[in-house]
Amino acid sequence: MSTTTLRDWLLTDTPSSRAQAAWGRRYRLWCDFRANPLAMAGLIVTVLLIAVSLLAPWLATHDPGAQNLANRLARPSAAHWLGTDELGRDIYSRVLYGGRVTLGMVVAVVVLVAPLGLAVGCIAGYVGGVADRVLMRVTDVFLAFPRLILALAFVAAIKPGVTSAIAAIALTAWPPYARLARAETMMIRSSDYIAAVRLTGAAKARIILRHVAPMCLGSLIVRVTLDMSSIILTAASLGFLGMGAQPPSPEWGAMIATARRFILDQWWVPTIPGIAIFVASLAFNLLGDGLRDVLDPKQR
Amino acid sequence: MSKRKRLGTLAATAASVPITLFGLVLVTFLIGRVMPIDPVLAIVGDRAPMDVVEQTRLELGLDRPLPVQFVIYVGKLLQGDLGRSVMTSHTVGADIRHFFPATLELATVAILIAALIGIPLGVLAAVKQGTRTDHIIRVLCLAGHSLPIFVLALLSLLVFYATLGWAPGPGRQDVVFDDMVPAVTNLLTVDALLAGDWEVFRDAVAHLLQPAGVLAYFSMAYIARMTRAFMLDSLSGEYVITARAKGLSAARVIWKHAFGNISVRLITVLALTYAGLLEGAVVTETVFSWPGLGLYLTVSLLNADMNAVLGATLVVGLTYLALNLFADAAYRLMDPRVK
Repeated sequence: MSTTTLRDWLLTDTPSSRAQAAWGRRYRLWCDFRANPLAMAGLIVTVLLIAVSLLAPWLATHDPGAQNLANRLARPSAAHWLGTDELGRDIYSRVLYGGRVTLGMVVAVVVLVAPLGLAVGCIAGYVGGVADRVLMRVTDVFLAFPRLILALAFVAAIKPGVTSAIAAIALTAWPPYARLARAETMMIRSSDYIAAVRLTGAAKARIILRHVAPMCLGSLIVRVTLDMSSIILTAASLGFLGMGAQPPSPEWGAMIATARRFILDQWWVPTIPGIAIFVASLAFNLLGDGLRDVLDPKQR
Repeated sequence: MSKRKRLGTLAATAASVPITLFGLVLVTFLIGRVMPIDPVLAIVGDRAPMDVVEQTRLELGLDRPLPVQFVIYVGKLLQGDLGRSVMTSHTVGADIRHFFPATLELATVAILIAALIGIPLGVLAAVKQGTRTDHIIRVLCLAGHSLPIFVLALLSLLVFYATLGWAPGPGRQDVVFDDMVPAVTNLLTVDALLAGDWEVFRDAVAHLLQPAGVLAYFSMAYIARMTRAFMLDSLSGEYVITARAKGLSAARVIWKHAFGNISVRLITVLALTYAGLLEGAVVTETVFSWPGLGLYLTVSLLNADMNAVLGATLVVGLTYLALNLFADAAYRLMDPRVK
């Protein structure tokens, strides 16, 4: 099938199968998304970041942990593209490996949080009554703390490190998802097709799982993407404050924390990981903005 | 909706506050109890004889069941007793009274700067929607959202302190001015004014501007973004078209008719942003050695001073809750369109 006919097949007004209609809808969303240059830039940078993190062992020029005290705080050069840090480690290689730590944390938090928030929100919204009130009160309590501060207290209570940082961020990140899923569910609950499913005698669990939750996914995905930048910033802040990833891990926030005393003389040492955080966070923000415009136009 | 009914829904919101408060206290209590650090050893030191350790354990009520301990904890809280900080050896309550005003001062100046720049930018972006001005403002705002505040703070120190020499160094005031004015409010600028000491006042303001500016950029992005969204909504209203048709000047239409209608929603946004500043303050204070609650919190964290950590967390949580409640109340009481 040549490209023009594939495009016609996708954009036809009379799809002959459910799959064709679904793919057609996806293609139209993609066309909308593609028209937004900032969103496309966000997507490209995000994909690049993921690729670079995955390929870090092949792209790195040095071992990120290898020290060379004879060559510490070196300026960017042919041997060390972005210079070296206070222990003579190659900053370029460390930034690459740092992407793995940061993106790994983001993925872990999202995998933990999105299903939890979705489940709590859908159950509260669909079942209503006492369950709704209890679940929403719990949500309120977690929303009553600024995120970073609750995460700091949690990490301090467990033990500083990547795992506890993930747990702490996850613990503080789920309530907005629950709120969002609940609001969506409340709207879906009273629609006719849910009434029809209920008449067929479907169990509550089945209705929530098969008919309510999938409808909340669109806005949830938008929210998750926009949230990823704030997860990156929280993780980096925890690292910077000494409560997240611990040195010698090449986590960007921790790298800045150890290098901050060189800001006045060797400014590139703390600035380069800072740029990495900025680029990653900006990319997810742009991507999320673009996705919102496409998937959730009413929230513009 | 009638005024009485609105007050009714407000009362319902207010009634949920004690439950949230209870949850807040429960969460901080539980964090304090799951920690691996033994609170007894933290007080008496790990070389203390066994009987002293046991004695202290009994005094703290740590041998009692968890629910009983929780009741004791709440009872102490109600008397304003947050325990003693191991690090400063003052009570946590006294420490917070000492450090919190510094954060308050920082956050207040920051929100003023953020609002004074962010709101006009948001209005401008909405009026010039789709033009290059709009895009530039959007990118500026996105950058504010994406830049970690500690990187911005470090770069600001590099540029304004080290390179240009415009800003004084870290801290709240020059060492020579230490304890020059009596601490009445612990807000250094206010205290200096009360004492009529202009030199101290100038020094305090100079030290305040840089961290407050860094913090402001962070919140300005959000304020401008929300202002733009509200204004777009407002500018497309029929009353704006009417006002234009009447031949009113563009400035009058924008500021009196369109902006006037979003001011209540903006108050809500400002209250929420102010709450968010507490979070940014933790990192900013660390970089600028600003002796506020944020620095107190991080230093206590690194020293495993759990009473101080939990006390500070609780106070921040309470402030956050109060500001959220204020935002909600302002919106409900002042905007007649809320149903």
